[in-house]
Amino acid sequence: MLELVGVTKTFDGNTAVHPTSLEIPAAATTVLIGPSGCGKSTLLRMMIGLVRPDAGSVTFEDESLAPGNLISIRQRLGYVIQDGGLFPHLTARGNAGLLASYLGWSNQRIAERLEELTELTHFPGHGLDRFPHELSGGERQRVSLMRALMLDPDMLLLDEPLGALDPMIRYDLQTDLKEIFERLAKTVVLVTHDMGEASFFGHQIVLMRSGRIVQQGTVNELLHAPADPFVSQFINAQRTVLDSRNGVSP
Amino acid sequence: MKRGQGLIIALLVCAAGVAAWWLLPRADTIQVGSKAFTESVVLGDTLVQVLEEAGFEARHDRAEMQGQLAWLALNNGEIDLYIEYTGTLTEELLIDLDIQSDAQLDAALAERGLKRGPALGFHNNYALGMREAAADELGIRAISDLARHPELRIRFSTAFMARNDCWPTLRVRYNLPQQDVRGIEHNLAYTALANGSCDVTDVYTTDGQIEQLNLRVLEDDLGHFPAYEAFVLHRADLEERYPGASEALAQLSGQIDETRMTKLNAAVQYEGRQPAEAAASFLSDVLGGTYTAKVESKTEQLVRNAWEHLWLVAVSLGAAIVMALPLGVAAAKLPHFGQVILAGVGIVQTIPSLALLAFMIPLLGTGVQPAIVALFLYSLLPIVRNTATGLHSIPPSLRDSAIALGLPAKARLWRVELPMATRSILAGIKISAVINVGTAALGGFVGAGGFGQPIVTGLSRVDKDMIIWQGAVPASILALAVQGIFELAERRLVPKGLRSKPSG
Ligand SMILES: Nc1ncnc2c1ncn2[C@@H]1O[C@H](COP(=O)(O)OP(=O)(O)O)[C@@H](O)[C@H]1O
Ligand SMILES: [Mg+2]
Repeated sequence: MLELVGVTKTFDGNTAVHPTSLEIPAAATTVLIGPSGCGKSTLLRMMIGLVRPDAGSVTFEDESLAPGNLISIRQRLGYVIQDGGLFPHLTARGNAGLLASYLGWSNQRIAERLEELTELTHFPGHGLDRFPHELSGGERQRVSLMRALMLDPDMLLLDEPLGALDPMIRYDLQTDLKEIFERLAKTVVLVTHDMGEASFFGHQIVLMRSGRIVQQGTVNELLHAPADPFVSQFINAQRTVLDSRNGVSP
Repeated sequence: MKRGQGLIIALLVCAAGVAAWWLLPRADTIQVGSKAFTESVVLGDTLVQVLEEAGFEARHDRAEMQGQLAWLALNNGEIDLYIEYTGTLTEELLIDLDIQSDAQLDAALAERGLKRGPALGFHNNYALGMREAAADELGIRAISDLARHPELRIRFSTAFMARNDCWPTLRVRYNLPQQDVRGIEHNLAYTALANGSCDVTDVYTTDGQIEQLNLRVLEDDLGHFPAYEAFVLHRADLEERYPGASEALAQLSGQIDETRMTKLNAAVQYEGRQPAEAAASFLSDVLGGTYTAKVESKTEQLVRNAWEHLWLVAVSLGAAIVMALPLGVAAAKLPHFGQVILAGVGIVQTIPSLALLAFMIPLLGTGVQPAIVALFLYSLLPIVRNTATGLHSIPPSLRDSAIALGLPAKARLWRVELPMATRSILAGIKISAVINVGTAALGGFVGAGGFGQPIVTGLSRVDKDMIIWQGAVPASILALAVQGIFELAERRLVPKGLRSKPSG
């Protein structure tokens, strides 16, 4: 579906991404994981053309990303970031319908689509006319997701979409998201630094460290056949306090 | 943003319309001008009434012009006529030509498309004056008589002390022996004369004070002072454009002698008559017929000045908004060009506003245009800077979100970036508007009207009440009102979602 070949990126002399190749399979969820600053967001942003690789190429459905086709390719992708990235001057409805309205959809068509999406994302319908600052963090992320799904994109890119939520809301939204991904059979790339989240969502997990991919595979492969001591280190470091308690008691 | 866009377009259309209206010459009206002293204003009103009596449309909108502005306005064709003095032309305005004869003067005027009309009959020369009683007692009738009285205390206006055609040469010419000679402000010299603390001062031969203080004007028996003969100075094509105008003006020829002019000046300066009233009663006496003084009440004046002031502000601010918004966007989007833009409009702001107005005169003449252009330039910086700042302060994550959505640059600008910058942009416009209202008061110095007019007039008449109540106070109130209006507009125009701070 989407392929990165030999992409690199250096910011002000600091290399964020070393030559990297990665293939994103269709209708599956790929999770990018790794410690903070390892280049996950940069790699994701390359996929939607927010970062232009210094070398290598990004290909989306046999089309190589280039200035001439970026706009139309972006309209076939959905992108969600940590705090939602909602525009404060627009209501939830205005945010979700912004691109559709630019593309000339009638208000009626937008409203109908929004009805489907509120149901899908479990967003309370009466919240549609609220402004972002009048919504809770979880609601904001649901609006952001509706905005990403508005045109029924071929692929969803999510950069730590649950990172700023408190645990209960986070749990609800995790469940909802997974259900949505499965129901729509979407191609998804999700960035997280949480191993539990990665194993919950990911068909394929891509573990990164300092701008390089260390290992790529299923949770079981990472657990049982680590390609590098760092893989085990990273996974062990994420064992929760509760896990270790369980291990010690009775 | 729909509402904001509509507002901007409405502003544009208004600004263009108003600008066109102001800039079109009003063809069938004769424009009379005057300089910023009582006599000139009275005579300006006299010209208007004579022309109106003869059936012409005439207006005295460009009254009380400072310094050489009346001369400039006539040369530019902004006005058609005003009262000038021969000495002012030969000793000041055309001094470089070293004019020695009437023929030379007429030739020099013809070269500029100007023509001398009828002389009114009086000279407003420099002269020396004494109290009538004191002069009688000492038997002084002419300047040469002063040579016999070395003990006299003399107080001259500072200009008279300094001008080469005045005291420095007068003293030599008449061989005057007085030792107690000092420079002092002109009005103070009259006061000193009135209370007996000096004996002689310089006067203009038609000063209202001559009548008021009962002064004797000493005869210039050696003919030292240049002649300042009052006459109508008009555009050479006046008769061609308004056939019969010359004939109407010719009625004034020789009708006003020094005594009459002095009385007219005193009537305005000391009896509280309006210049137009004084002119009307004089004309009825001398020429017969009915002359009507269109005297504005204080309220009418206030209202007219307010409208003129608002036009200046509306046109210049409207144009500034139209120009500054794209400049602000460019400044935000194009880093290098942006620096140039911000530096450019910043430099304009460092020019003192009065100097900026003065720069405009050689380019645009006097009146409304130079004021509007100066105000326009002055209003650019706050709007450009606030637009650029507003766009810059949009969080990168939101800018990226708009890009990632697949909106092209133009749609991002209109649908996301400008609306998010509304608060900052409106604040910039508000700052510009308030500065503009204050600065527009300086328009009075170039004859642009508005609340600056009473300030300028009040300054030249030393009329504190006029400066404060007709000029400064209403201008301040207008500035506050404009600020209030923009604050209301902010409430309506700033998108609702931006009005209260996001809760974190
Ligand atoms: N726009 C940028 N300018 C400069 N440095 C950047 C920029 N974006 C990312 N970086 C740097 O690149 C590295 C990788 O960043 P990022 O991809 O955001 O990491 P992650 O998402 O894995 O935490 C970090 O060192 C970060 O500071
Ligand atoms: Mg990141």
